[in-house]
Amino acid sequence: MLRFVARRLVSLLVSLAVASCVIFVFVEVVPGDPAAYMLGLNAQEDTLNALREQLGLNGTLLERYLNWVGGMLRGDFGTSYTYRTPVSEMIGERMWISLPLAIYALTLSTLIAFPAGIWAASQRGSLVDVLVMGFTQLGVAIPNFWFAMLMVLLFAINLRWFSAGGFAGWEAGFGPALKSLTLPAIALALPQASILARVMRSSLLDTLGEDYIRTARAKGLSRRQALWRHALRNALIPVLTIIGLQFSFLMAGAIIIENVFYLPGLGRLVFQSIAARDLIVVESVVMLLVFAVIVVNFLVDVAYALVDPRLRVRA
Amino acid sequence: MSRSLVIGAVLSAVFVLAALVSFVWTPYDVLGLDIPNKLKEPSAAHWLGTDHFGRDIFSMIMVGARTSIAVAIVAVGIGMLLGVPLGLAAAARTGTLLDEVIMRGNDLVFAFPSLLIAIMITAVFGASAVNAIIAIGIFNIPVFARLVRGAALSLWTRDYVLAARVSGKGAARISLEHILPNVTNLLIVQGTIQFSLGILAEAGLSYVGLGAQPPTPSWGRMLAESQTMFSFKPHLAVFPGLAILLTVLGLNLLGDGLRDALDPRLRRAKR
Amino acid sequence: MSLLRVENLDVSIHGTPVLKGVSLALEAGEILGVIGESGSGKSMTALAILQLLPEGARAAGRIALSGHDMLALDEAALCGLRGNEVGMVFQEPMTALNPIQTIGAQVAETIRIHEDVSRKEALARAAQALRRCELPQERFPLSRYPHELSGGQRQRVVIAMAIALQPKLLIADEPTTALDVTTQAEILTLLKRLAREDGMGLMLISHDLAVVADMADRIVIMRQGEVVESGACPAIFGQLTHPYSKALLAASDHQPERAGHVFEAPLLQVKNVVRDYALPRAGLFGGARKFRAVKGVSFDIRRGESLGLVGESGCGKSTLTRAVLGLEEVQGGEILLDGAPVFSGKRPNRAVRRKMHVVFQDPYGSFNPRWKVGRLVAEPFHLLDDAPEGRAAAIAEALEKVGLSGEDAEKYIHEFSGGQRQRIAIARALIIKPELIILDEAVSALDVSIRAQILDLLADLGTRFGLTYLFISHDLSVVRNVTDRCLVMQAGEIVEEGATEDVFERPRHDYTKQLIAAVPQLPSK
Repeated sequence: MLRFVARRLVSLLVSLAVASCVIFVFVEVVPGDPAAYMLGLNAQEDTLNALREQLGLNGTLLERYLNWVGGMLRGDFGTSYTYRTPVSEMIGERMWISLPLAIYALTLSTLIAFPAGIWAASQRGSLVDVLVMGFTQLGVAIPNFWFAMLMVLLFAINLRWFSAGGFAGWEAGFGPALKSLTLPAIALALPQASILARVMRSSLLDTLGEDYIRTARAKGLSRRQALWRHALRNALIPVLTIIGLQFSFLMAGAIIIENVFYLPGLGRLVFQSIAARDLIVVESVVMLLVFAVIVVNFLVDVAYALVDPRLRVRA
Repeated sequence: MSRSLVIGAVLSAVFVLAALVSFVWTPYDVLGLDIPNKLKEPSAAHWLGTDHFGRDIFSMIMVGARTSIAVAIVAVGIGMLLGVPLGLAAAARTGTLLDEVIMRGNDLVFAFPSLLIAIMITAVFGASAVNAIIAIGIFNIPVFARLVRGAALSLWTRDYVLAARVSGKGAARISLEHILPNVTNLLIVQGTIQFSLGILAEAGLSYVGLGAQPPTPSWGRMLAESQTMFSFKPHLAVFPGLAILLTVLGLNLLGDGLRDALDPRLRRAKR
Repeated sequence: MSLLRVENLDVSIHGTPVLKGVSLALEAGEILGVIGESGSGKSMTALAILQLLPEGARAAGRIALSGHDMLALDEAALCGLRGNEVGMVFQEPMTALNPIQTIGAQVAETIRIHEDVSRKEALARAAQALRRCELPQERFPLSRYPHELSGGQRQRVVIAMAIALQPKLLIADEPTTALDVTTQAEILTLLKRLAREDGMGLMLISHDLAVVADMADRIVIMRQGEVVESGACPAIFGQLTHPYSKALLAASDHQPERAGHVFEAPLLQVKNVVRDYALPRAGLFGGARKFRAVKGVSFDIRRGESLGLVGESGCGKSTLTRAVLGLEEVQGGEILLDGAPVFSGKRPNRAVRRKMHVVFQDPYGSFNPRWKVGRLVAEPFHLLDDAPEGRAAAIAEALEKVGLSGEDAEKYIHEFSGGQRQRIAIARALIIKPELIILDEAVSALDVSIRAQILDLLADLGTRFGLTYLFISHDLSVVRNVTDRCLVMQAGEIVEEGATEDVFERPRHDYTKQLIAAVPQLPSK
């Protein structure tokens, strides 16, 4: 088991290294002088030079890369050109909206999907199954930002249960903060929950058809017992994969949803930075999100090994 | 033929048809402004109402279908054109460095959701429909490569592949003659799914301004433009959203139906 | 009162009848053999007794198991009986166990589901049940996972689960079909011992007459959902009345007539062949490791001869086959066909490959389902430098040789039965008129009656066209009936070689003796 984790850890580090290279090279291929690009046409020569200095554009490619990575490792993401503040501070502030939102949505999605998927699979062909399949079919097809707009229309404008946007702030207390994240989280979670419920259902149906379920039934287990004791844990393996993938979709989806609700999260930051051509910020946020995705996939791999003893040896 | 196949085919056909017809005819000109008639509710003259410039929403949805479908088709095409050969090659040379490089490369691309790719491209090259296509297309490559590799690996263990090797055929020829034809069903089904995901992604990108640029009508941007007004004019948001929902729903149903129709084994497993 | 009495059992699945008026009885302590080919309904009968029929199945008639009317009981009552009064063992030990639970937990579950005992006590009793199935805790701790055990060991775990509560009836559905012949003998002995020790009724279901004949007190022969014959064993074999049972018995030990001429000169020469596989490295700093699957094997096949190669799974016979076919390079020695190497330089030698072809085991996996038969059969033409004239005529000729018609070339493979597909595979092997045909378990997946027909076809083709056969099989009785000489392979080495009759009558090597002793025997007629 330890060896398995160690191996995955090595591949995690390699992925991070390669991903950082890709992002770095990408920003490097900006045609012409990045400083001139960022400042636009009417830039003064001395401002350009100052920015070049600040971007570390005066060293070799390798030096610049190492500077960038080394800085990030120390928590120094550079200084935003537009806001003249350290990028790490800007990200730090906004992360406390985006990360809780993604986790909130993932939790909701799992809490909805597991019961729905299990229920539908255990009563295949019943009314419950048909309803779950019908609703999830819709849930998969609905664009989440449109769903968010409809919810604002209903819950914020007509019913006035929630405010239409903005963030109460954690300093206003846990309850109000969570409340202002609730509609965005639901908007993010529902399409993901639909996918997850379908995967859960079909994976469970697959395992229910396995030989060892028949063996368990021959031992005297009821259909229900066989499902809970034997099928469920085996069915989790593909479900875990999807949960891992969904995290990256949630992080990305959050960027869009934050726009609907005017949440001052990483998403807003990215779009403001693109508009302001603040490449340092864009680069840093993208790296951070990719970092989160890679770490979550590492955790999913470890979870695999916990579920499936065969993986512990093979790796 | 299953119900989902029929409903899915009809819904998909409606939107493809709308897109095609929009090339020769739309009820109103989608580029012309008609300020006196702005923000009209649905009526006999404007079936789905008008927007803040007085443009006919029904016509814009027709032309928007064109954008959505074009972006999604090209993006799926990029994914298949590059992903399928990579997957076939990785499976044919499984366990070798080539396989390892292809698969690790895929993992890496998977760490960049298409939105992040779009953000990077836009930040550097600016927003456009072409860049949206590239972003979605790049993300599709590993989807198809993984799918094909997985299916091809199990096909490579079949005796008919061994028989072809005994008959002196090489890996490239076997991949083309024996492997590819037996993964086409999977490709059709996955292609439909990625097509619908592509439409969703294009809508999302256009909504945040990273996709098609004005004045090209696009469903996502129609929603973005309605953002400040939909609380008192809901029709501005409802109809473009419904168009996305129904197209994606239709494609998903079509994919499900095709999967069942093409693979009797899956049909049994599903029942 | 009988332990088990099945009367006029009808079962249909989604309206299609699969069992028609099946009646059979089993006394306590008795072993009942149920024999039938695929589609005979033997497994369905077993599932009906446990009331574990697939969805959409309807059963009518009567099933009485130690006084319980199985068709009338509700699901809760049935769960109380399954595993407690009746246990079941299935065919496929590789998939019958939950891969993510320890064997101890899985055996203990049988006990805990039926009796209110502590976890600890259940595990202790599970250990006892496993010990009875010859998996002592000292060597096979309860914490093992299924993937750490061999097929035979897994089947013992399944049996331990079934007998943990000492049920009155044990149903074993093809319990040894997926196992090697020596393992099969061990498992059969184990089942017999358990039945005798516990006074348990045993219903043994098999397609193999010999397996059942060795064990059963009484047998039932089934065909297409009906019982065609039943009676005491082995007496019944002397007085079979139904034509199907007679044909089945004849086919089980079918000896095709062979009359080819064997020349002295060798066609295939295998000299000191060594085949290594690379294993994954042991840790980051471990050196490259390799596994030697074939350890210096030498033999000849003479022109016109039929040579058998027998061995159990993992003995290296498949690896050797691939090497002979020129699919993989060997690490030592050489393989010559008609005096020329199958591998020259780093590449397979096309000129040599034209002189041999192969027929595989699985009639379903051997053909690309998207090609028409004509194209499938013609695939070996790829070995020729230029396309032959009269391609269509050649395809038709090949199909006719194997008893099909030229029009079949236009059909797809799914339109053919397993036996017909094997004929098509033979046609494909014959089309470039090779001299050597390698039969890699070519009849192992077929029902006995079909198998007899294919063996006859092969013998006839061999005589007519002077073919040389390399007959690779795990089935010793078939090899005995169709080969002139045979080789016995164990752990990558040929341990015995000689005229087939000699090897079977007077085996010299211990392993050969063990193999032959393990083969179940049909009662002499």
